[in-house]
Amino acid sequence: MDITAAFSEALQLILGADAKFLQIVGLSLRVTLTAVLLAALIGLPLGAWLAISRFSGRALVIVFVNGLMGLPPVVAGLVVFLLLSRAGPLGSWGLLFTPTAMVIAQTVLVLPIVIALTRGTIEELWREYREHLASLGVNGWRAVPTLLWDGRFALATGLLAGFGRASAEVGAVLIVGGNIANYTRTMTTTIALETSKGDLPLALGLGIVLMALTLLINALAFGASRIGQRFAG
Amino acid sequence: MRDLASILPLRVENLAFEAEGKALLGPVSFKLPKGGITAIIGPNGAGKSLLLRLCHGLIAPASGRAEWATEGGLLAGRKGHAMVFQRPVMLRRSARANLQHAVSVAGAGRRVAEALQRFGLEPLAERPARLLSGGEQQRLALARAWLLAPEVLFLDEPSSQLDPGATRQIEAILLGLASEGVTLLMTTHDLGQARRLARRVLFLHRGQLVEDAEAHAFFAAPRTEEARAFVAGDLLW
Repeated sequence: MDITAAFSEALQLILGADAKFLQIVGLSLRVTLTAVLLAALIGLPLGAWLAISRFSGRALVIVFVNGLMGLPPVVAGLVVFLLLSRAGPLGSWGLLFTPTAMVIAQTVLVLPIVIALTRGTIEELWREYREHLASLGVNGWRAVPTLLWDGRFALATGLLAGFGRASAEVGAVLIVGGNIANYTRTMTTTIALETSKGDLPLALGLGIVLMALTLLINALAFGASRIGQRFAG
Repeated sequence: MRDLASILPLRVENLAFEAEGKALLGPVSFKLPKGGITAIIGPNGAGKSLLLRLCHGLIAPASGRAEWATEGGLLAGRKGHAMVFQRPVMLRRSARANLQHAVSVAGAGRRVAEALQRFGLEPLAERPARLLSGGEQQRLALARAWLLAPEVLFLDEPSSQLDPGATRQIEAILLGLASEGVTLLMTTHDLGQARRLARRVLFLHRGQLVEDAEAHAFFAAPRTEEARAFVAGDLLW
């Protein structure tokens, strides 16, 4: 099949709102958004806690979390696979090769990004705000809501970065989801599979959507930092 | 009998502070009764800001104490003293939200709308606080402290970053607060300001309280050699 024909077929898939096509896009977005939401719920308070707490071994934890930001998706997939496989510690939950397993794997990928960026942002704010907040009688944990809110634009950028990483990865969702048609097939795993099978229109169409999504994320991140600058002075 | 409706007097007894084994302040003793503006003056590094922070309870002394008439300087469960810092922290929110934040975390003494009006901040209420001018930020910081209805207000160099016009505005506000019965303890490196505002002067030098005097007497005839040199504008080490 020549590339021009593949392109026009891909555009037909997108513009024609093909049901199978939409289902794949929908599943990808659902899995990644859920993973980012979970990572935010866990990572924002954890990162803030890491920013304002002082304990021995704190530096090690920070280095470890920063290191996990570079965790290869296939390794994250492998770890979650081992946890969820029949013989694994969580095997009885029967989650392997389900969308839930993909959410777990992507949460593992996004969580270090959220924790590390939150820690950096909140630590800087805490240095600046500490005395003022102490003067108002706000110390330690009680400062976290103020700090999270005042870091909202930087934190939003961090969450978008996490979303970008999760939506673009193949390895983790492929290993724990199994790429099952109509069930755990996401945009990235479909592209990998269909390209090797030679079904270029579907792969191209999904690739275009994925690229558009990446551009959108970057536009949002840019907008967030612009608005943030207005308040940060 | 102590006046139970007041956190004053503040009794500072042999208060000292050190960092990494180096004595930075004290021992210092004085008593702060109700009313008036007291200026802490002295050369850089004399310990002026440290003294304010110790009194406000932001840092713990190495020895000695600063004791309020009520436990912890609380009055009816609320902190009776507030502080305006040399470079006031402006939260990354609007001016109004900065005031609302103070009320929500420290408990309202007064109303936000009242503070905006009194400090001339109404036209600036929705502007991001960090984009206000230095004078506007200082007014916002004063409004934020005033909201808490403090009996004592600590001020660290309240106009060091401001031009003469804004300085005049801030000084008028401080005199207004004092005339309403707020007790002010402020540091300043501006002797003219101390002369214009203060009823009493605490002169610090190298961490020691060298003179504690009525302002007019201090400026007319300092008792110590160091204070004479300082008032005359000589450099002191």
